[in-house]
Amino acid sequence: MNYAAKRSEGAVPLSDMDQAWADLPDEDFTRLKDSARQTDAIARPSKSYWQDAWSRFRKDPLAMIGLFIIVVIAIAAIVGPWLSQYTYDGQDIANQNQGPSGEHWFGTDKFGRDIFVRAMYGARISLTIGVAVAAINLVIGVIYGGISGYLGGKVDMVMMRIVDIMIGVPDLLYIILLMMFLGNTIESILLAMSLTYWIGTARMVRSQVITLKHQEYVLAARATGSSNMRILFKHLIPNSMGPIIVTVTFLVPSAIFTEAFLSFLGIGIQVPMASWGTLVNDAVPTLFTQPYQMLFPAIAISVTMFALNFIGDGLRDALDPRLKK
Amino acid sequence: MAGYIVKRFFASILTMFVLITITFFLMHAVPGGPFSPAEERKVPKSVMEKMEEKFGLNEPLGVQYVNYLKSIAQGDLGISFKQSDVTVNELISRGFPVSAKVGLIAIVIALIVGMLLGITSAIKRGKWPDWLSMIVATIGISIPNFVMTVLMLFLFVVVMKLLPSYGLSSWKHYILPVAGLAFGPIAYIARLMRSSMLEVMRQDYILTARAKGVPEYRVIFKHALKNAIIPIVTYLGPLVAALLTGSFIVERIFSIPGIGRDFVSGISDRDYSVILGLTVFLGIFIIISNFIVDILYAIIDKRVKIEE
Repeated sequence: MNYAAKRSEGAVPLSDMDQAWADLPDEDFTRLKDSARQTDAIARPSKSYWQDAWSRFRKDPLAMIGLFIIVVIAIAAIVGPWLSQYTYDGQDIANQNQGPSGEHWFGTDKFGRDIFVRAMYGARISLTIGVAVAAINLVIGVIYGGISGYLGGKVDMVMMRIVDIMIGVPDLLYIILLMMFLGNTIESILLAMSLTYWIGTARMVRSQVITLKHQEYVLAARATGSSNMRILFKHLIPNSMGPIIVTVTFLVPSAIFTEAFLSFLGIGIQVPMASWGTLVNDAVPTLFTQPYQMLFPAIAISVTMFALNFIGDGLRDALDPRLKK
Repeated sequence: MAGYIVKRFFASILTMFVLITITFFLMHAVPGGPFSPAEERKVPKSVMEKMEEKFGLNEPLGVQYVNYLKSIAQGDLGISFKQSDVTVNELISRGFPVSAKVGLIAIVIALIVGMLLGITSAIKRGKWPDWLSMIVATIGISIPNFVMTVLMLFLFVVVMKLLPSYGLSSWKHYILPVAGLAFGPIAYIARLMRSSMLEVMRQDYILTARAKGVPEYRVIFKHALKNAIIPIVTYLGPLVAALLTGSFIVERIFSIPGIGRDFVSGISDRDYSVILGLTVFLGIFIIISNFIVDILYAIIDKRVKIEE
């Protein structure tokens, strides 16, 4: 017996509308098949956070172009120097200041060194520094910020006062001083940047941990007897990994910039090794006569920075949709 | 508010102290540095005598450190290694006005152009002016300042022969250095301005203003801009630091007799005492400007929660 029929027994007074319903014959209603009724059921296996992020990232054309460019540059940096017949420090007095040709794709410099090979070595240096600085600062930032945010109270206060003081010291002056002290090697560049760049990551991790630590699953973990370390590194940090990765990704281009900047000023990588900054710097005196010497390294560094910034923007939109512009 | 200012003040003082301490001990440890034993220093005799007299190089480290702090507190930043009769204070009084002039012009240009680009972008969202401004901004953020400056030098001086390449003797000489300094900051300001403008334009009070029939230009420049401009203030601190980085590059490339060029030639000459003095000066300058910007921000934006 349908609803309208029940009403029509007189338990409830009928309105015109109800009457209209009641007049519909039962034959007008058909039973749905079971499968069609289960529209709420999850039809496909659910996606993990990372799969979801990857599918968003994949739909961002600029980010994908950036990723492609970086992969190409990385491959060139790794295998390129082996394929060329020239070495980064091989001087050839007979072929000084040659323009680009089939022999020397990017031309040669004032010592007759092949600029193409030097630029590929520069890519090695730049990418190594970018990735290494990001990795080192990820570790320091996560540990410092995680402990500070999770423990809170006096520990947090002391740790954050230290950060407040450190953050005011201008990075670059500090790095230049350290470079003068440590000497011009890749290791000292890494060390100098590792002493300064973690601060931003640490602050970010701290604020993430603070927002997450009052969630129920943390309480649940504590109730089942998890140690503080376990809660921090098994629950809180993995759950804040998205924003952490975004922050760290943007460290890569800034580390590459800083290295190039230092090399441009003459306190980065030492001759005969060449980074992109050194190459641009070496080309300034011959800018009027051999402009191509500057052009290729300048393009290489700019394209890399573009690509890395696109990847960073894409990752930010993919991993942390709340931040989307 | 007063509590916040006092807190920030003491934090800044501490930061300065840390900076000075780090520079002192690093310079002390540098081989052949200003404080190393006499036989290691390749320094003119007259300079060495002055150094010994000034810093008491034969005294223990602690005493030297206290002497150094004292002389900085009195505003004395030391003497050059390489040019025996030049003090760092003289370098600063000669170079700083030049740098500050170029820097100030660059700040003004960066603020005006960056904000205009950002506003245009926000009100023409998704249309071609938005695309154009954001392309400019992306270029500015991605291309390093020294590459940009060298590229502009190449384009306008070598290829088009429009502008002079060094010195500061006429207004034409200012164009490239200022452009080199301002390009990166323009990009940051444009991006910041765009997002903050979009945020503000969504607010109810803008709807109210429009409903009352306020003309669009007044809605944008009077009602929206007032609030949208606040985040720009936070960028002023990093802006000063960015200009400093830029000045190292620009003053070197265009041979501008400013403090940035002194710093860079100090680096290549290994003139440690000049680097030491200039680092302390520039560091304190940046710390003070950050302090002022923080206070300014707290005053302007009453929504800022000072007590966290």
